Amino acid sequence: MRLLTDTWLLFKNYMMSTLRQPVWILISLFTPICYLLLFAPLLDKMIVPSGPNTNALTSFTPGVVVMLGMFGSLFVGFSIISDLRAGIVERLRVTPVSRLAPLLGRALRDACLLLVQCLLLVTLAFILGLKADFWGVVLSLVLVIPMGIALASLSYAVGLMLKSEDAFAPLLNFFTTPLLLLSGVLLPLSLAPDWLQGAAKISPFYYIVNATRALFLGDFSDNAVWIGFGLVIVLAVLCVYWAANIFRRATA
Amino acid sequence: MAIIETRGLSKSFKSRRGVVEAVKGVDMRVDEGEIFGFLGPNGAGKTTTMRMLSTLMQPTGGQATVAGYDLLREPAKVRENIGYVSQAGGVDITMSGRENLILQARLYRVDQATAKTRAQELIVALQMEDFADRFAKTYSGGQKRRLDIALGMAHRPPLLFLDEPTTGLDPQSRAHLWEEVRKLRNEGTTIFLTTHYLDEADALCDRLCIIDNGVIVAEGTPDTLKHQVAGDVVTLGLDTRNGAIMQAQALLGKLSFVREVQVDKDILRLYVERGETALPQILRALDSADIVLQTIALARPSLDDVFLRQTGRSLREEAA
Ligand SMILES: Nc1ncnc2c1ncn2[C@@H]1O[C@H](COP(=O)(O)OP(=O)(O)OP(=O)(O)O)[C@@H](O)[C@H]1O
Ligand SMILES: [Mg+2]
Repeated sequence: MRLLTDTWLLFKNYMMSTLRQPVWILISLFTPICYLLLFAPLLDKMIVPSGPNTNALTSFTPGVVVMLGMFGSLFVGFSIISDLRAGIVERLRVTPVSRLAPLLGRALRDACLLLVQCLLLVTLAFILGLKADFWGVVLSLVLVIPMGIALASLSYAVGLMLKSEDAFAPLLNFFTTPLLLLSGVLLPLSLAPDWLQGAAKISPFYYIVNATRALFLGDFSDNAVWIGFGLVIVLAVLCVYWAANIFRRATA
Repeated sequence: MAIIETRGLSKSFKSRRGVVEAVKGVDMRVDEGEIFGFLGPNGAGKTTTMRMLSTLMQPTGGQATVAGYDLLREPAKVRENIGYVSQAGGVDITMSGRENLILQARLYRVDQATAKTRAQELIVALQMEDFADRFAKTYSGGQKRRLDIALGMAHRPPLLFLDEPTTGLDPQSRAHLWEEVRKLRNEGTTIFLTTHYLDEADALCDRLCIIDNGVIVAEGTPDTLKHQVAGDVVTLGLDTRNGAIMQAQALLGKLSFVREVQVDKDILRLYVERGETALPQILRALDSADIVLQTIALARPSLDDVFLRQTGRSLREEAA
């Protein structure tokens, strides 16, 4: 129970600090919004709508939502490096606070912010003319939030291990761009040659994007949906478990 | 009653460049209700020892009990009963000082109302009223340091570790903090602090250890330590040419009232029984041997002399 109360206490505190600078919430929305406004219009003529109630945004928006979840979450590790340097991590270590509360409190805060960001993004997409199944969109957000928690935990743990921005930034660059392109976020990989489709199957985000696309179309019985949810849950459990171990060891 | 007791506490760091033995078998005892000081030059092992005692770092050898619990077996219990202020501090600059304090108390499971009162008390005690409600981002170095120290006291721990608490404080804040530390002690808190300021160790600590190169070289109250040096210290500045120093050393060492002679570059340090009667005799002896004296000073022994006696180096020079 201490874990819960400690997590709640730190969550409120992290949330308060973040809300004092609400502009950050918008900053990580900037790139996805650019894609919606400046890239999606190109697709209108390229992608043939697969049904009467769909348009280019139906297949494009899910990718942008996943992209928001990926990028917003993978970069949170920078904040723990600055906390480490300021001595805050160490100060918490000497208190009896549960070892996992700082991780869970942060990841929860990030999940809440991600939810708000996703809602803003989807609202914008609807304003721009998105045609999609309403409950499918809701379920997509339910899918993206645990993915965000998984990636944020991963990012915090790696930040805690590397202890320096100079090591963390290149590592992120090294992984994010290929993962992004292989996930078919921007265009469905059905357009890709065989070898590229094969390569994409290594990236978990490929399946998550497929699942959100199916959900936006309202294809709830599509296998991709089950695969996506299953994958996200496994990913979240593994990442949080691993990150928890790193936190426990680094702050024992 | 001992609140800290260590036996053979040691820590070595292994790195690619080899092994650094930072703390080499420290045995010490801190009694409940005293201000205990750890005095030593940079790199002596003060922070390392303190980090081990506050559960932040696993010792590589030895054992310790802290606040009634075994350090290795019950670190969680130890944590509940100590406060720790690190050398570098740990203020969250995205919040105000008051919010920092309230959160800190809450992390020790103090309820919200008590945490608020406690924060207010600390803000008054450490004279932070003027800036407590501003973002900590805007604090000066000394203001931030005061907040650091207040954070360590947020839950009224029976044992408080302060790593170089007064570094970066102006003389006035420093004097004020000393008062605050004494007040805490009078209310029953035990304080374990490190410092490399001689005057601080002398004026503030009830008892202290002098540590050098990871080894404790002396332990006791400031007065007993100074008495060990015995008598007064006469410092002579001599011309370094013509081996005058050697000559003077040999000459003065033979005088009956001189207990010990130390050479430190162009300075000769004599430990003598009674300084005021020794001075004229020293002058006469040098004069008759035609040794030119440039400066001469007489002083009561300080903790620096204690350090010098034990290590052959001056703490004052190390700190400079
Ligand atoms: N993580 C580490 N890895 C390697 N060596 C270390 C590490 N931490 C400390 N040391 C070394 O251990 C020795 C003792 O360091 P410590 O920080 O305890 O000194 P200190 O007495 O607190 O000095 P100061 O007055 O400068 O704060 C130093 O030689 C230091 O370089
Ligand atoms: Mg130190």
